[in-house]
Amino acid sequence: MIQPQSVGVVVPQRAHFAEPLPLRSGGTLPEYELVYETYGELNADRSNAVLVCHALSGSHHVAGHYADASNNTGWWDNLVGPGKPLDTRKFFVIGVNNLGGCHGSTGPISINPATGQPWGADFPFVTVEDWVAAQARLADRLGIARFAAIVGGSLGGMQALSWSLQYPERVANAVVIASAPKLTAQNIAFNEVARQAILSDPEFYGGHYYAHGVVPTRGLKLARMVGHITYLSDDAMGDKFGRSLRHGKAIYSYDVEFEIESYLRYQGDKFAGFFDANTYLLATKALDYFDPAFEHGGNLPAALARATADFLVVSFSTDWRFSPARSREIVYALLHNQRNVSYAEIESDAGHDSFLLDEAQYHALLTAYFDRIKV
Amino acid sequence: MSYRYDYEVITQWIAPGEKVLDLGCGDGSLLKHLGEVRQVQGYGVENDPDKLLACTRNGVNVIQMDMEKGLAGIEDGFFDHVIMSLSLQAMHNTQGILVEMLRVAREAVVSFPNFGYWRHRQSILNGRMPVSESLPHQWFNTPNVRFFTISDFDALCEMNGIAVRERLAFDEGKLILDEPNFLASVAVYRLGRGN
Repeated sequence: MIQPQSVGVVVPQRAHFAEPLPLRSGGTLPEYELVYETYGELNADRSNAVLVCHALSGSHHVAGHYADASNNTGWWDNLVGPGKPLDTRKFFVIGVNNLGGCHGSTGPISINPATGQPWGADFPFVTVEDWVAAQARLADRLGIARFAAIVGGSLGGMQALSWSLQYPERVANAVVIASAPKLTAQNIAFNEVARQAILSDPEFYGGHYYAHGVVPTRGLKLARMVGHITYLSDDAMGDKFGRSLRHGKAIYSYDVEFEIESYLRYQGDKFAGFFDANTYLLATKALDYFDPAFEHGGNLPAALARATADFLVVSFSTDWRFSPARSREIVYALLHNQRNVSYAEIESDAGHDSFLLDEAQYHALLTAYFDRIKV
Repeated sequence: MSYRYDYEVITQWIAPGEKVLDLGCGDGSLLKHLGEVRQVQGYGVENDPDKLLACTRNGVNVIQMDMEKGLAGIEDGFFDHVIMSLSLQAMHNTQGILVEMLRVAREAVVSFPNFGYWRHRQSILNGRMPVSESLPHQWFNTPNVRFFTISDFDALCEMNGIAVRERLAFDEGKLILDEPNFLASVAVYRLGRGN
């Protein structure tokens, strides 16, 4: 045992793919780039690779920091590094920005080779399955035939699950955290509110706002505010903000009065300052469309029959956006197929966001699971 | 890893390659043993985070579930055997879990400490709650919530139409054939759905 450490300074890399990628939506990406980071060393057998899939607003920057921005720490830095649950002394860990993203991989802000202009709203719809197909090509490029594990939380968990169905022979372990086999109507409803906030912003310009030199920040901010409400639990929000008033009493104004208003506006502004609205639209649709059981008449056990990986499924007690019941659907469908599966429901008051935190029981379980993976 | 002598009996009743569910599987040592000697496809059920962790370290499948609420989600007759080793006495919903066990499996294997064991009776006669190899806790810290004898359990099975297919009783690992309700500290049952 060593004290957990950072992976230190990391440098993003790019891979260009000239072979067109057929998409589930019927379109094709003629060529594309993926930006990615790696941590640790690929072993001689190429058997120790772990792919970390990001969620709605994540990126390839999973761990460590940049030389010129020491405070820009990776979004899952508490998971990945020497002495951390996903120990980079044992594993070669990869983070990839998904297609349609806004952190460097080909997406709506990239130039459409057909027009010489940014793709904008013309960027094709991408699905979880398309992301996985693109990740698989990156794995080919890196010489990784089979992953020791594919890990993800929320939308990232859907990618881990999809990997086990699209490329069962390439996944030894799938770690699916705070995720679901498909969204509920309520989940889709929240996504639709977020999308309408963006689509109805006058500065959206049908998705071609780049050409107008503006950004639909108001819509994007609102979208993020709605999202944030669903990532926290009622209790966590109550504990953190309660009904605290900035002025100590009501001042009868639409400016910030309650601290929760301040928090949501801050989170919304921060997000709208760096995230791309078209990417947000695409990613929420990818969430909505994900439903591997659909082509099996809604029969999830039938859909998961293809999976051969060992699974660890984890949920959090106060996560109402992706509730424990949704994780159990995955567990029972795997059980039906006699797959190796373990399931833990972690006590946490932090709601959906729990998967990004380092609650002791949660990280102890991940450590134990990753420790037992043979590479 | 803990090893308990009821494991040997249970192992004899499990055929190679069976699907096995172990309720209250602890650190997973029984399932690990059954995996090694019977190549079972095994799953444990636990609700204690430390035990989930121990199972994970032992490389055993474990599913977190509150058994008091039943086994909803597990299909009827899915398992060949469902095991509850020395855990039944720690459950409130005794009848409910027995019904659930015989719903999800062809046969149930249940072991429990016999409260009617002579040393336990002697302890009560002397005015103190029993503490023994099979009842290792003090009355104030025991996880057990149901205290019953072999005869009590036989009567419960009779009342609920549960078929007792086999029953073995032990005193500190030695098989007891005569007067088990008096002379045995632990009983192991093989149960099926009665007609």
